[in-house]
Amino acid sequence: MSKQPAAVVGVGQTHHRAKREDVSMAGLCREAMDRALADANMSLDDIDAIVVGKAPDLFEGVMMPELFLAEALGAAGKPLLRVHTAGSVGGSTAIVASSLVQAGVHKRVLTVAFEKQSESNAMWALSVPLPFNMPVHAGAGGYFAPHVRSYIRRSEAPTHVGAIVAAKDRQNALKNPYAHLKNPDTTVESVLASQMLWDPIRYDETCPSSDGACALVIVDEDTAAASPNPAWIHGTVMRSEATTAAERDQVNPQASRDAAAALWKQAGITSPIDEIDAAEIYVPFSWFEPMWLESLGFAEENGGGWRLSESGATAMDGRMPVNCSGGVLSSNPIGASGMLRFGEAALQVRGAAGEHQVDGARKALGHAYGGGSQFFAMWVVGSEKPTN
Amino acid sequence: MTRTLSAPVTVAFDYTRSTGPVIGRFLTGLRDGQIVGGRTSEGKVVVPPPEFDPVTHEAITDFVDVAPVGTVTSWTWVPEPVKDQPFDRPFAFALIQLDGADVPMLHALDVASPDEVSTGMRVQVRWRAERVGAITDIEAFEPATDAGPTGVEALGTNPVTGVVVPVSLDYLYAASPEESAFYRGLNEGRILGQRCPTCQKVYVPPRSACPADGTPTAEEVEVSQTGTITTFCVVNVPFLGQKITPPYVSAYVLLDGADIAVLHLILGVPAAEVRMGMRVKAVWKPREEWTYSLENIDHFEPTGDPDAEYDTYKQHL
Repeated sequence: MSKQPAAVVGVGQTHHRAKREDVSMAGLCREAMDRALADANMSLDDIDAIVVGKAPDLFEGVMMPELFLAEALGAAGKPLLRVHTAGSVGGSTAIVASSLVQAGVHKRVLTVAFEKQSESNAMWALSVPLPFNMPVHAGAGGYFAPHVRSYIRRSEAPTHVGAIVAAKDRQNALKNPYAHLKNPDTTVESVLASQMLWDPIRYDETCPSSDGACALVIVDEDTAAASPNPAWIHGTVMRSEATTAAERDQVNPQASRDAAAALWKQAGITSPIDEIDAAEIYVPFSWFEPMWLESLGFAEENGGGWRLSESGATAMDGRMPVNCSGGVLSSNPIGASGMLRFGEAALQVRGAAGEHQVDGARKALGHAYGGGSQFFAMWVVGSEKPTN
Repeated sequence: MTRTLSAPVTVAFDYTRSTGPVIGRFLTGLRDGQIVGGRTSEGKVVVPPPEFDPVTHEAITDFVDVAPVGTVTSWTWVPEPVKDQPFDRPFAFALIQLDGADVPMLHALDVASPDEVSTGMRVQVRWRAERVGAITDIEAFEPATDAGPTGVEALGTNPVTGVVVPVSLDYLYAASPEESAFYRGLNEGRILGQRCPTCQKVYVPPRSACPADGTPTAEEVEVSQTGTITTFCVVNVPFLGQKITPPYVSAYVLLDGADIAVLHLILGVPAAEVRMGMRVKAVWKPREEWTYSLENIDHFEPTGDPDAEYDTYKQHL
């Protein structure tokens, strides 16, 4: 039996901020959920099942969100699942939710992902010294910076490309009412002038630390008929690989390449750059835009990515708009960041992205990665029902 | 097989919690000596108030003061209290339905023996003198007296919006047999790896199984103390729990004879002069400081030899 068609008919998110001290975790989730339900013209009573995702447990000291949030999420009397794949969790959570619909198990599934970074310290959580080991770890930036350096060397990239991406995403964020960072003065020059945190990554080339949540309502074909603008799911893929292995490609991981190839095949796409109208790619450090553009097949390996970013092609009015929402570089509630990518892709093909809408977007990519570039989750959504 | 190595590790952090308006209202009440419940859409008064109505799912906004006196609906005896429980002497945990509430709440009941507890018994609040807006502002419940509980004054004017939740977990970190051999080698001034019999790759530290093909690794290989920096970053950012003062160079060092790089510290050269391909050697701490740790190698420093060609390490990036 083949997959049943499924579509996103509701997208909701919070106003992402450094500190949302006015709401609890439950309140934060409900803010996103209530917006998604209103968008879908539904109430919690219409929902068959709920799938929740959040950042790794140590990040905010919550180990079983499903346990303490069940009632607030309206899950009493319904199936409630929790998904857990590090930074890619928002994407994986959306995919698990869509699978429940595509498998014909449920007709209307609500999925929510969140994080309150203000209640903890992710940098600390990622750098807890272990006995016997060398305490040289320095958070996510410290982990990814050497691999960014490898990309720059391998692709012979000019060192200002990261700044071009950062300035572009911060300008895009000004068009997104939900974005955390609103810095109208950010330019390539100001990014280049910002402090070098984890050389070669500068302060302005890193994501902020945000409180926020995102929720999606994913429904079957019959239910989607009532929506004026469903975002049809054309393909979903998840892949994982070991964090470390001899000669593992840490710049362009095998799992990422395999996931992309499988995704394009599922979605019937042969030339991503020509067929995808908008991409929301998980870019927590600016250099990951060119890195993932290559890995995902939008550009040639070893240089096609930075040439695309440098040329302006990834700007909102460019050939391949990337992160029109401002992306992870402008809002990063880690547990929700992946779902925000998936939700923003849905908004684009629904023509509902507001000021950061790409005119006439018909197919969009939502992408997330996590761990040491070892978990990948991605989907393609379209304005038309898939034919395959 | 010799014994594996293990060492204690404590993971501790003071998490903060934004309470939101509902839990905040409850905690504000406790600070001020008042127990606040929430009325649900079905008219039931619940203590502590739920943030959202179980039927309509709307936020709870109807708050009700309930009595500091109630009835035990069920209980359990705690003969051997553990750390951070309400008392260090035996006590009861009881479900107590306060007068004015429709469902019970859980708290400690301070009595000397289980013979003094019964379902249906009347109990009253004993307030803590120093109240901060936490469930522990109620020190415990105690058997009701004719005089009733001692009332207390409000201790603040601003609403409670947050609480601090310290978490401290004590683990025993156990190294695998293969890692234990690696750390024992470091205690002898040697760097040991293991070769995968399938792909022939040498892993440092050794694993129980090759992550690429799953084959158990057994053949021990001593690798060189000299290697090549494949890639690195300069850490300029200070953070909580940091052990090395920034700026410092954190680098992947591919030791000669190994097929995977180890992450270590580079010293003996200005950070700005560290390069991909730079040849470096291990600099050990004085022998009397050695333990069973990669920290026995204090850092790596340049050998002064010409840099390795990019082609010799590019597959390790």
